[in-house]
Order: sequence, then structure tokens, then C-alpha cells
Amino acid sequence: MSVTATARITAVADGRGSTALPLLESDGPLALRRTRSPETGYARVTVVGAMSAPLGGDRLAVEVRAEDGARLTVDAAAATVALPGAGPDAGPASYTVRLSAGEGAELRWLPEQLVSARGSALDMTTRADLAPTARLVLREEQVLGRHGEPTGRLSTRLTVRRAGRPLLDQHLAYGPGAPGGWDRAAVLGGHRAVGQLLLVDPAFDHGLPAPRLLGTTAALTPLAGPAVLVTALAPDARLLRAVLDEALEGLLKDSRALRRR
Amino acid sequence: MTTRAALLVLADGRFPAGGHAHSGGAEPAVKAGHIRNAQDLADFCLGRLHTTGLTVAALAAAAAHGLDPLALDEAADARTPSPALRAVARKLGRQLMRAARATWPSPALTALAEARPRGAHQPVVLGLTARAAGLEPADAAHCVAYETVSGPATAVVRLLSLDPFEATAVLARLAPALDEVAEQAAEAARHGIDALPAASAPLLDITAEAHAAWPVRLFAS
Repeated sequence: MSVTATARITAVADGRGSTALPLLESDGPLALRRTRSPETGYARVTVVGAMSAPLGGDRLAVEVRAEDGARLTVDAAAATVALPGAGPDAGPASYTVRLSAGEGAELRWLPEQLVSARGSALDMTTRADLAPTARLVLREEQVLGRHGEPTGRLSTRLTVRRAGRPLLDQHLAYGPGAPGGWDRAAVLGGHRAVGQLLLVDPAFDHGLPAPRLLGTTAALTPLAGPAVLVTALAPDARLLRAVLDEALEGLLKDSRALRRR
Repeated sequence: MTTRAALLVLADGRFPAGGHAHSGGAEPAVKAGHIRNAQDLADFCLGRLHTTGLTVAALAAAAAHGLDPLALDEAADARTPSPALRAVARKLGRQLMRAARATWPSPALTALAEARPRGAHQPVVLGLTARAAGLEPADAAHCVAYETVSGPATAVVRLLSLDPFEATAVLARLAPALDEVAEQAAEAARHGIDALPAASAPLLDITAEAHAAWPVRLFAS
């Protein structure tokens, strides 16, 4: 009953200032479509089919490679909803995202929200390996429960390595069966939407933005390498996205200004 | 060789390493109204223990186990997105280094002090200290895990005028969870640096930045 599927994308610089997609492979519930990028020089791929997956027991994976000099945006048509599996023995679902970006490449990984429905169990793993001159824009949003329902069990691990060295490593675990205290003052403080926005840019070697608060439950923080992380908590998905969108716009402006210097 | 007494010396709140000046995020949580009584304190401590606590306990266990302290220091940076908390961890690491080198001098401590003159992350220094004192990785993990909850409990006694008996009872009730986290941390350390946990607490990261900007505060973090 459960599904095992791996979708693959490879983007390469086509030598004429644009980006080609020699590999665009959908699999199972992960349907990929090449879509029009609003920016010249960028290829864009939209994940259109993940709406009803993953169910308990499913093993889904997405592998995205932006080769040297390629510019790729991957987004999604709809939120991903983790749902309980068929029967009590379905076990947790897993969703693995592997990203890599080569020298001078830019990868924007901008999926929609991950919603943890009541009774579901999902282990999400995202790993990004970046060349020293690669840029990465990555957004993750976890929404605990659909409207008015308690959350399922959700665990997300985000590991980013740059030039083979660790840049960011975070593991979040929520819901029934997660270690105690996850919804209280130290971890979520009762919030139901959590988001991370990461911008890795070698231009930040010339100066990282200072840390600043974005309202009372979000902060922009420079990491120990050339990267900035926005961590945000919000009562719901819409308010969370508003904070992350505003932060992203500001950060892209900052990094463009640094590269012009 | 029995080392139980060395563990008491290292874990003693009077060990001169400067930890008493830090609330572990409890001061902003009290100000925000998230901690108002002993039950709130227990919930806060449990959340911190299973996130930050597990992560730092594993770093300490790994250092005590003999993994490369500089690689662990880098792993600690990657697990600490808040610059305010990185600065605190390095400051506490520097203070502990001074006390540790006077107490249990070792070539490994000297080498780390020379490689990171402004301070390495405190759990890494503590792990090396434990090793120098003849303690096991699990001892280092216990010591660090306990610090992640004893700091907030002591701070809340001052911040809320909470009954110290009640605060100590909170810590005592956390003992089974502390054992569990310390064992988990020590087990992870046996599997190398890539297996170390990275459990994180988003609200602590956010409030640490807010707290660092307060003009007047009772605790340094």
C-alpha cells in the first residue's frame, strides 16, 4: 500500500546565460512541471502532485542538483499534508530532500507549507551540500494540525554543509510522542506555525547583517558562516508566511547590494 | 580508579566557571509571562532539556570521548543559530577553561585554549575537562544536561521569588528525564560527529536575541 518514490531534478548552465534541465524526473505522487520563471537566467520547477502525500509508511524523496553556474528555483503548487497511513501498522512516513549547488550556482528551494494532520507521523530530512561560491535560498514551514485540529507527530532535520563544513544543523520535533515540553515556553510557546528561512551567500563574507527581531516571535540571525537564518513562530500559516516573505525581500536586497560593491 | 568525587567537584554550582550569571532563557520567559509558577518552570525545563540540553550534552560527551574538539566546536556553531547564544557559549567556555586548567591541567585543554583564545563552546570545554578529570563521556553528558535545567531553576527563584524548595523539587522530578537525555547523548557520541543530535528550540533562539538587547537585565542570558 505504501509508496516509495524519488523525484530528480538536475539544472545546468546552458552556456548562453540561461539554465537547462537535462534531468526532470517525476515519480509516484511527486509530479514535477517546468514552469515559467519570472527572472531571466533562472529555470523554475514546480512540484504539483504532493497534495495528498505522504501517508504513513510512504518513503518520498526529492533530489535537486544545481550544477556549476546554474540558477534554479523549485517551488510547489500546494501545501504538503502529512496524513495517517492505512491501518494501524503503517508506521511513520519519511520525506527526504537532498539539495546540492555547485560553484557559482544558485538554488532556491521554496516549497509550500508542510502540514502535520492529526494522527500522522512524518520524519522529514533536508540536506544541502553547497560549493564555497554557491548561493542557497531555503524556506521551510511547519504547520501543526489543519484548522482547529491537534497536530500529528512531525520531526524535521535540516543540515546544511558548505565546502564540506557544517553551517547549520537543526532538528525540530513536535506532537504526540515527541520529547516532552515541545509546545511549552522553551520551544514553541503554544504557537502552531514554525518557519525557517535561510540565505547562504558568499557575498556575506563582506559583511553579515546584524541580528534583529522581526516582531516578538521572529528573529533574523547571522550564522557563523556567510549565511543568515530567519526563525519565526506564528499562530497560523498565513501570519508566518507574511513574516518570512518580508524577511526574504529584505535579505535579497541586502545581498544584491553587497554583490554590487 | 573511582572518580565520583571529581564529578561532584565539576558539577558543583560553586565551581568557579561563571554559570550563575545565566538564566538559560528563563528571564525572557518570565518577562513574557510564560513562566509564572513551579509547573511552568517544569515545562520550560523539560522542553529545554530535550532540545538544547540533548544537543549540548552530546557535544560534551563527544569531547570526553576523544572526538576532535575543533570539529566539535564547529558543530556547536552550526547548532547555535543565535549569535547571542554563540557569544554566551564561548564566554562560558573561556571561563570554564580558566578554572579547568587550574584544576585538572591537561595537554588537550591547553591545545584547545591556544586554538580558541576567545573561548570554545562551553560543552566542548566541559567534555575535555571531564576527560582530564578521569570521568566518562556519560558523566560529562550528565553534568551538561543538568546545567541546562539547574540554571533556569535557580534563576526563577530570584526572578519570581519562587520557593527554593519548590524549584529544587522541580529538578528532582526531572531526574529520570535527565538520566535518559544523558544516556542518549553518550550513546550518540559513540557513533561519531555526524551522528550527534541537533535538537533545537526555536523560541529560545528568538528570545535570546531579544534578551541580549534589553538595556537592563538581571542575567547575562
